[in-house]
Amino acid sequence: MAEEPQPTRAVVLRLESVRKRFAADRPAVLDGIDLELVEGEYVAVMGESGVGKSTLLNVLAGLDSPDSGRVTLDGVDLSTLDDDAITRLRRRAVGFVFQAFHVLPYLSAAQNVSLPLELLGVPAVERNARTTRMLDALGLAALAARLPRQLSGGEIQRIAIARALVHSPRVLLADEPTGNLDPRSAAQTLQVLRAQVKAHAGAGILITHSRAAAETADRILTLDARGLAAEERR
Amino acid sequence: MGAWRVWRLLLRAQLREQPGRLALNVLSIALGVALASAIFLVNGAALAQFTGATRRLVGDADVIVRGPAGGFPEGLFARLARDPAVAVASPVVEVDAAIAGRTEPLPVRGIDPFRAGELQHALIEGLGGATRDLFQADGIVLSAAAATALDLKAGDPLTVVVGDRPTRLRVVGVMPKTAYSQPLGLMDIASAQWVFDRVGRLNRVDLRLVDGADAAAFRAALVGRLPAGVFPVAPGTEIGRAATVTRAYRVNLNMLALIALWTGAFLVFSTQSASVLRRRGSLALLRALGVTRGELRRALAAEGAFLGALGALIGIVGGAVLATAMLRVLAGDLGNGQLRVFGATLAWQPWALAGFFGIGVLVSAAGAWAPAKAAAQLPPAQALKGGAGDPAATVRTGWRLGCALGALGIALAWLPPVAHLPLFGYASIAALLFAAVSLVPTVTVALLRAAPRTGRVTLDNAIAQLRDNVGAATLSLASIIVSFSLMVAMAIMVHSFRQSFAHWLGKLLPADIEMRVPPNADTAFWNADEQRRLAATPGIARIEFRRTLHLALDGRQAPVTLIARDISRATAARVLPILRQSAVRAPPDPPPAWVSEAMVDRYGVTPGARLRLPLGGRWRTFTVAGVWRDYARSTGAIVIGRAAYAAATGDNAATEASLWLAPHADADRVGQALRARLGAPEAVQITTSTTVRARSLAIFDRAFTITYALEAIAVLIGLAGVAFAMSSTAIARRAEFGMLRHIGMRRGQVIAMLAEEGIILSSLGAVYGLIVGFGLSLVLVFVVNRQSFDWSIDLAVPLARLCLLGAILVIAAAVTAAWSGRAAVGGDALRAVREDW
Ligand SMILES: Nc1ncnc2c1ncn2[C@@H]1O[C@H](COP(=O)(O)OP(=O)(O)OP(=O)(O)O)[C@@H](O)[C@H]1O
Ligand SMILES: [Mg+2]
Repeated sequence: MAEEPQPTRAVVLRLESVRKRFAADRPAVLDGIDLELVEGEYVAVMGESGVGKSTLLNVLAGLDSPDSGRVTLDGVDLSTLDDDAITRLRRRAVGFVFQAFHVLPYLSAAQNVSLPLELLGVPAVERNARTTRMLDALGLAALAARLPRQLSGGEIQRIAIARALVHSPRVLLADEPTGNLDPRSAAQTLQVLRAQVKAHAGAGILITHSRAAAETADRILTLDARGLAAEERR
Repeated sequence: MGAWRVWRLLLRAQLREQPGRLALNVLSIALGVALASAIFLVNGAALAQFTGATRRLVGDADVIVRGPAGGFPEGLFARLARDPAVAVASPVVEVDAAIAGRTEPLPVRGIDPFRAGELQHALIEGLGGATRDLFQADGIVLSAAAATALDLKAGDPLTVVVGDRPTRLRVVGVMPKTAYSQPLGLMDIASAQWVFDRVGRLNRVDLRLVDGADAAAFRAALVGRLPAGVFPVAPGTEIGRAATVTRAYRVNLNMLALIALWTGAFLVFSTQSASVLRRRGSLALLRALGVTRGELRRALAAEGAFLGALGALIGIVGGAVLATAMLRVLAGDLGNGQLRVFGATLAWQPWALAGFFGIGVLVSAAGAWAPAKAAAQLPPAQALKGGAGDPAATVRTGWRLGCALGALGIALAWLPPVAHLPLFGYASIAALLFAAVSLVPTVTVALLRAAPRTGRVTLDNAIAQLRDNVGAATLSLASIIVSFSLMVAMAIMVHSFRQSFAHWLGKLLPADIEMRVPPNADTAFWNADEQRRLAATPGIARIEFRRTLHLALDGRQAPVTLIARDISRATAARVLPILRQSAVRAPPDPPPAWVSEAMVDRYGVTPGARLRLPLGGRWRTFTVAGVWRDYARSTGAIVIGRAAYAAATGDNAATEASLWLAPHADADRVGQALRARLGAPEAVQITTSTTVRARSLAIFDRAFTITYALEAIAVLIGLAGVAFAMSSTAIARRAEFGMLRHIGMRRGQVIAMLAEEGIILSSLGAVYGLIVGFGLSLVLVFVVNRQSFDWSIDLAVPLARLCLLGAILVIAAAVTAAWSGRAAVGGDALRAVREDW
């Protein structure tokens, strides 16, 4: 390990020997993955297409369950929770930027962004204020009222990011968040992501194919068939 | 709390994206609730009016002593009045008087106004100043409804028919509407006895007992002391009679109305499933963002309940409006005739309406529950990628559930009625329907697997697509299978009934001409001389007279009809629609009687058993020689030989006759000749059998008009469900169509592919619906009908009509599919996202 975690900082995210395989006749996608992120830590994960990066994030967020191994999120062992409890934990503590964005086509940009706040029952006034702040931060203020079909791919991607951050989650999981952005917007967006993780003393995982993007993180890990490793090792 | 927020979010989105689907769901529930509540309200209003009127007539009486139409000697009244337990006794002559030129008789009561005033205070008060005029020998006071119906006012003459003699009465007053709501004539008892040829006889005595006397005990004690055919009747029995007699009819009509609601539930199920399927991505995203399984499930079910509530609310208002209209136009008569009333008004029945509201909400929520559960069950990571769950699992659970429900349905069909109502029969139909819907995936998969590749690209694609989407295909079929099979079942039932009815008519109308005094009147008849004179009319080859009269067999049930006619054990099977006969036995046995099925059901009479009838003031014993089918007299009918009747009563009168014409005789001319020989010709109906038959069938068809209307509505709702499911899957498959177009499929080919899918699906649905409908019709014919009404019908299947119905269904579905295909293939980018139709 390059960076010894400080003993005072709590572990926010931990994977222990996580294994996931989709079909019995195919090799496991994740095979004995170990990972530990402490408060304020922000890592990038790189790896070839199809190696299992998205699967890893899904398992971390409790969207998919591992076949074996243990996932600890914000200090809670997911295997001890039922689906409802995991869902509530996710609602409160996780911000997820999907590889395929996933925004609701019938809600405006602002409504999409404020969705997590609405689900958390945040009062309307505060909700609006936080949504506006988030839209501003990502340079989307002018687009607030538009529907997704009236936006470009890059703009939609930034909406998905704003949605992942608006409720200040403890854990940010971003799957290729800047794939559709020009270098300048990408850089700006990555700064926002990093700043948010640091501001809320949570943990963040950034999945990316871009070295420049990866370098905004505290450290870079690579995922391959052998597992997750610090890049320095290769 | 979370569920509430999700619900609001989803609903907002739906309102924007799919107003059509929401409107359709709301409409279908509204329609069902409107029909059901309207029918309930109309029947309720008519019944309340009847019951109110009867209550007026009963007044404060504790016991009603009632005898046969022919009456009992006055001496009984004196005996009853002297009884120390009796405080007031009021003698009554009660007749349904034949009115010249009218088919409907007028109920007339001869009363002692002073005695009656102590019991039927409100009624007698309505006489007002006319009380004095009542004592004129020919004076009659009419109720407002009677005056309106007969178009008479005070001072006008009114001609009643007694025997074959027209007798003029004078209307001396008209009571206000408030005194009595239905048609009625009041006369002084002595005048009534004189006019109706019943001097010294009464047929009813109303009694009020002294304070503290036990009415039930008094009635029980009275039973043994009264002459044969005279019974003490409890006021409650009398008042509840209209309700009892029409109950089966009302319940069945309500059930029929509920079919529309029922289909609505399956429509909600269909459209809600399709909509959940299409919103799969959005719902999975919500799950990923932290909406729990339970919250999502509750939100989706609440969506259904909300639509149901909205629909039910509209339905209740619509139902009240519809009911008001029906009361005004049809006088409350929804095809049965027994509930035709005057001046019924809609009563505000909050509980009933709340009940219908509740049913609407429940049914809609239930329809939304299964898809809601399925949507919540799907793992979000998979659903986000667009997976639809495991079709094999759908098939497996469907198969198990279907078999279990099917077995349950069959078992329920064998259970007896509850309180004379076929409750288990209805439960059986419900179970069988659910079984049928559950089995659709299994059947679809089996059939599609067997489908060969045709080499035609559009057809092969269509089959491949259906095979891959069993879930969606099944859902779009559910509502149409339910409504179509119910329609098939009803069509078979009505056709069977009609065939049996026509056969019955043939048996009962063997002659060329039928003549009769106004039915249900008990004042008109032909005596022996008049019969001889009629029989001597030129042009008649043969004439057969019958005597019909009402006869109470106990104090609880409605009177039965006694028919005295020329019949013997040898001819019975020829002249009556006999179902079962007892072995013919020699004369030491009492004379034979043939009873209708209602007698078997209501009095437990069986072939070979003894039957006691109160004739001529004495109990006479008969042997039940057979059971026949009767669709005319729902409270029961008994046929005995005329000679036996005359021997027991000394009554030689006749009320009906069948005539066979001599060769070359002209029916019209003979009819005129017969009329010329009658003393009161306007009071007699003379009709050719062909006319009677045509008229009866017309009445039959009219009685089922409402049935057909309700069914048609159910099928339309079902078709709307198919249309919605098809267009929504078509639109969801836009990307697929776009791709097919890119690789070179022509627009027309895409549309053809969709139309072919539509044809395959709806043919499947039609054939399946026919089979299921046949199964349901067996339950309708042999369980529901038999237990509701005391008559049986033979099964008859209108194959050609059913095939036509099926063909119409298939064509309609193909057109819908092609139409929705057009919308999906054409259209702009904007429509591609607005997934609406
Ligand atoms: N639901 C599933 N069922 C079966 N196989 C799956 C499923 N989801 C993913 N896979 C397989 O698991 C492997 C890892 O998929 P994953 O989406 O995690 O890859 P990735 O590393 O995110 O790739 P990319 O960089 O292209 O996004 C792939 O080979 C994929 O085919
Ligand atoms: Mg990926």
